[in-house]
Amino acid sequence: MTDFNPEASSDTAAPALTVEEAIANLRGTDLSLRYYAAWWLGKFRVSEPAVVDALIEALDDEADRTELGGYPLRRNAARALGKLGDQRAVPGLIRCLDCSDFYVREAAAQSLEMLGDRAAVSPLMQLLSSGLAAAERVPGRPHFTQPCEAVIEALGTLKATEAIPLIKPFLEHQARRLQYAATRAMYQLTRDEAYGKPLVQALQGQDVVLRRVALSDLGAIGYLPAAEAIATASAENSFKLIALKGLLEHQLTPEANTLSDDTIRVMKLMDSLL
Amino acid sequence: MIDSTRIQALIQAVEQANSAEGLVESVRALVATNSEEVIPTLITVLGYNNPEAAVIAVEGLIGLGEAAVMPLLNQLDEYNYGARAYSIRALATIADPRALDVLVTAAASDFAPSVRRAAAKGLGNLQWHQLSPEQGQEAQDLALKTLLDVSQDAEWANRYAAIVGLEALAANATGMIERIRNRFEQMLSSEADLAVRSRVLMAQQKNGC
Repeated sequence: MTDFNPEASSDTAAPALTVEEAIANLRGTDLSLRYYAAWWLGKFRVSEPAVVDALIEALDDEADRTELGGYPLRRNAARALGKLGDQRAVPGLIRCLDCSDFYVREAAAQSLEMLGDRAAVSPLMQLLSSGLAAAERVPGRPHFTQPCEAVIEALGTLKATEAIPLIKPFLEHQARRLQYAATRAMYQLTRDEAYGKPLVQALQGQDVVLRRVALSDLGAIGYLPAAEAIATASAENSFKLIALKGLLEHQLTPEANTLSDDTIRVMKLMDSLL
Repeated sequence: MIDSTRIQALIQAVEQANSAEGLVESVRALVATNSEEVIPTLITVLGYNNPEAAVIAVEGLIGLGEAAVMPLLNQLDEYNYGARAYSIRALATIADPRALDVLVTAAASDFAPSVRRAAAKGLGNLQWHQLSPEQGQEAQDLALKTLLDVSQDAEWANRYAAIVGLEALAANATGMIERIRNRFEQMLSSEADLAVRSRVLMAQQKNGC
């Protein structure tokens, strides 16, 4: 998952804060300022030790509660910590996987994926220990028992091959997004074409939202055979560009100064979408 | 040649289409007339929020070429960025230099990334030879300056589009290649985004920039 909105202007300036103000607000008494500061620090990727410390503290916040018992500040702090790339956040985020608030668990799984620490593998697998029951709808809420998509995607990115037996049952789940998440993770864990092709087929689906999800999944796994199908998919060019960028980046290393025919092919497709 | 009554009927069919498929079919029929009379209607279709119909209309406008340029410039939708991106794409492909000022404004400061990218690409491709030598030089300088600015944008996709524009400018315009080469060298030493870096490499290796 990503907070990147392809059609949003990059200049939509939120109320300007200084880093000092944001840290002060995060530790202040005004709950809405605290919530906003946590979001702001992640959004602008202010990765300073003092910021990370303050956000880690906010993972244990008790002051900010929703009527349903949620922890809004914890959610934003967990989301921000994924973007800041500081591994000190890992233990706190792993603790958040046990939080009673679904959205805190989801944010923690996503951030642990971004931080890439394999210490998270076993705690993430715990969330799927009930098997498909983890993906049962919670009555009256718009989500499953566990944030299965985020957990499965994280396990794929963390190369958790030991989780393959846990992930496989979700390949047939009736919720498409969850099915795609499992397919994507299985591709990452096995590099088997059998898990790349269904995501290419998903680009032909009826629902544009699901086509966008499939584009993002193909970009995340860098599945090169999908390049032409991505370029011709029925979706906004911005989503296709991001997916092709993912394919391209999987072919590149920072040191390389020559280009393969495959990278040139992908870039020509990107040029055509400008 | 299709007569005007028939064309008016086709225009009406587009305006009154009451389903997405009906609209697509009507727009297709309108494009098939190949008549300049349908240009204003095709431009209106760009704002209907039907991507399939819009793509067909854009292709129709591109096919009509120069005749579509002034209507596209005059009918540019300031309130609908989706429609604007299609118009800019049509103008960028027709490549008539009368679109220069609109492309410069769009590339430099449009609210919507899709509009900025289409404009940046188009700025490199204009048919400079349609201008007098003096006008041409001034126009190319403005295109270069705009693209150099966009090449420093915070958003990777805008920088990527600027490289595509600069590469085309190096090939089509006169006396710009040294400045563009220098900029590409600078970008290679400072660019952190792998995809953007590799697009610079491609411009250097494929087109000697």
